Amino acid sequence: MSRALRFAPLAILVLLIAALIWRLATPTDTTIPSQMIGKNLSEVRAQPALPDRKGVSVGDADSNPRVINFFASWCVPCIAEMPLLLELKRQGVGVDGIAVRDRPRDIAAFLKERGDPYGSIGADPNSRIQMQFGASGVPETFIVDPYGIVRYQHIGPLEPKDVAIIRDKWASLRK
Amino acid sequence: MIAEAGLAALWLAAGLAALQLIMGMAALRREIDAGPTIRSVAVVQGALTVIAFAMLLLVFARTDLSVALVFENSHSAKPFIYKVAGAWGNHEGSMLLWVTVLAASGAVLALLSRRVGERTLIAALAAQAALALGFYAFLLIASNPFARLDPAPLEGRGLNPLLQDPGLAFHPPTLYLGYVGLSVAFSLAVGALLTQEVDSRLGRAMRPWVLAAWIMLTLGITAGSYWAYYELGWGGWWFWDPVENASLMPWLAATALLHSINVLAARGALKAWTMMLAVIAFSMSMVGTFLVRSGVLTSVHAFAIDPERGTFLLALLAIYVGAAFTLFAVRGATLKEGAPFELVSRESGLVVNNLLLSVILAIVFLGTLYPLFVEAISGEKLSVGAPYFNVVAGPLALILAVLVGIGPLLTWRRERRPVWGKLQVPAVFAVVALTVTIILAPHIGILPRLGLVVAAFLAAASILPLVGRNALRAPVETWGMVLAHLGIAVALAGMAANAAFTSERLAVATFGDVLRVGPWLVQLEGVAPTAGPNWTAIEAQLRASRGSAPIVLRPQTRYFSDPPTETNEAAIRTFWNGQLYTVIGKPDPSGAWQLRLWWKPFVTLIWAGGGIIALGGALGLVGRALRAWRVRRKREPDWRRRYA
Repeated sequence: MSRALRFAPLAILVLLIAALIWRLATPTDTTIPSQMIGKNLSEVRAQPALPDRKGVSVGDADSNPRVINFFASWCVPCIAEMPLLLELKRQGVGVDGIAVRDRPRDIAAFLKERGDPYGSIGADPNSRIQMQFGASGVPETFIVDPYGIVRYQHIGPLEPKDVAIIRDKWASLRK
Repeated sequence: MIAEAGLAALWLAAGLAALQLIMGMAALRREIDAGPTIRSVAVVQGALTVIAFAMLLLVFARTDLSVALVFENSHSAKPFIYKVAGAWGNHEGSMLLWVTVLAASGAVLALLSRRVGERTLIAALAAQAALALGFYAFLLIASNPFARLDPAPLEGRGLNPLLQDPGLAFHPPTLYLGYVGLSVAFSLAVGALLTQEVDSRLGRAMRPWVLAAWIMLTLGITAGSYWAYYELGWGGWWFWDPVENASLMPWLAATALLHSINVLAARGALKAWTMMLAVIAFSMSMVGTFLVRSGVLTSVHAFAIDPERGTFLLALLAIYVGAAFTLFAVRGATLKEGAPFELVSRESGLVVNNLLLSVILAIVFLGTLYPLFVEAISGEKLSVGAPYFNVVAGPLALILAVLVGIGPLLTWRRERRPVWGKLQVPAVFAVVALTVTIILAPHIGILPRLGLVVAAFLAAASILPLVGRNALRAPVETWGMVLAHLGIAVALAGMAANAAFTSERLAVATFGDVLRVGPWLVQLEGVAPTAGPNWTAIEAQLRASRGSAPIVLRPQTRYFSDPPTETNEAAIRTFWNGQLYTVIGKPDPSGAWQLRLWWKPFVTLIWAGGGIIALGGALGLVGRALRAWRVRRKREPDWRRRYA
């Protein structure tokens, strides 16, 4: 067996160990870059979910950017993130809701019990709007700029650390 | 006290391992004559780890919540079997199982090995002690399984519900026996390279270890595959998940080693290659352990992740494998190859087998680690899945399966007669399988079709070594080989049939709806809540029929509160010609339910094949042991007196 061949396993091992050391040393970034960022959704319209509220029309060039939150009264994690949405509202961030596969009576009861962070609330009875946003479930939260371009996507319930992230992102998009 | 006793046993064992290593090194430099002493030290060290592991089982069986590990992984309401099995269903406990097997293997090696020279055995025991020492340090410094909590909590956190399954009692211990059993082959190879005694005697000494470890790996992988199949509710039997690959890689290396060792034992050839494989096989076990524990790759097994422990394991990996490879590079030149052989011979057949297995191993290795390298170089994230592995490794595996049928028909050194004459019957089987599948199933994919054809060929060819002789008088190990090769044909047929003929149905159904899947009509009759010892569940009632009497299946979605988790319990019904696999998903707000139904013809052959392969290995082991015993009895008629 030639000399080069005998040292080959050792060389491969060194390469492998180097790669693994690099991997252990770099902190893992578990966020998946959203494919939706940059998409224009200005055509999307959601009918009012409650008789006394406005529906959602994405991208109103005259107003500020909006945080759009997909929720449902039957969704348990949505209850968990509700205080965080209320905190965003308290800090002046405009939040709209899209109620996914829900009934007006249930939505009203849910908001009465858990608080109501939303400006307008659109209805999405058959997940059509969810599809247009590329949302995979509820809850899911987006930031859409005044031109209807998606700027931020958060999959799953918000955590306390996300409040500042969303507020800063929202503020940076303000005109 | 129990936990402290376990910890003390572990510290003592670590001390003895250090002693064993030092004595071994001194003996190798001819400073002391340590043969019998080092054997006793190895035996006591093994016994101490067994005691430590027994203590861990005891605290888990008694749900002693003052032990941190029990608090984190157990719960008083858990069924007893999972309390005990929970001892190794976590990082610390499974590492203790690892060192227990490691030290116990060393003890058995010290007790039983009479085939290799004394110096090689001492060197191997020293190497085994060096391995154990690193893992003792890992346990005692970074993952103490016996750490106490004060005050003791009132209730434990519970075990990950996916692990609350009979599979946990069986899958990890068998895999570990396999992984760590390969350490003996590693140590023997290192020892023989140190003493420069790589010969056919070493091959014969190493063979039972490799065979036993390989049997356990085969069983462990087969059990793990079936467990994932029914527990995860995805309907697949192999996902090319990094951790599955981590168990497949040592198996591929061990399979190659198992065959090349025969060449070494019988002909004294392939020395360098066999030594390298012996090192690689256990290295792959360590790479697998590292991948599972460090979290560098995402996987379904990622329940035991800790980057710091990853660093420790990586250091051990670098030291041990680096040292072994360096030794190999330095000493490889001194290896004199044994008897030569010709192009068509059993040796060259086994060389081709080894090359193909190594290439498949390289493919799996590259595919598993490729995302890591890509991210290191370009920062891009990607994953490598079934399309790559199936397309690249599949055809090679089929070629290998054809050669499995031919190889055993060749004779050592030089095949004088053409083998084609013997292969007429298998060839007819293959042609019939091809014709039948083309007529009955014209639209299946090329790889599954070839799989069925090759399975038919191999099933016939694998039996040929027993044909034309008195099969009952054939050596037991020949029966073992035939059975193992037949098992490959069976498993291959199951894989191909599953890939070719599975029908899947995903639907949203309301009560009374009837869905068709394959030959079955399945009706959703109702959904009701139910409860078990530590879970509640939503259970669907499905009535399935295919002409004759209907059967009832009850798939569940289970909710565990400790820790809060939801699992799918698929309802599976097995028939002679396949499995009906049903899963209930989420409800729709309108009251309809998601259902996933599969009809999987002959899928059970996959695991049956795995079992047959392992059984073949077991016969081979028994056969070799019997033969060794007979030879010994003939050579030493008064051998019994040595033990009197």
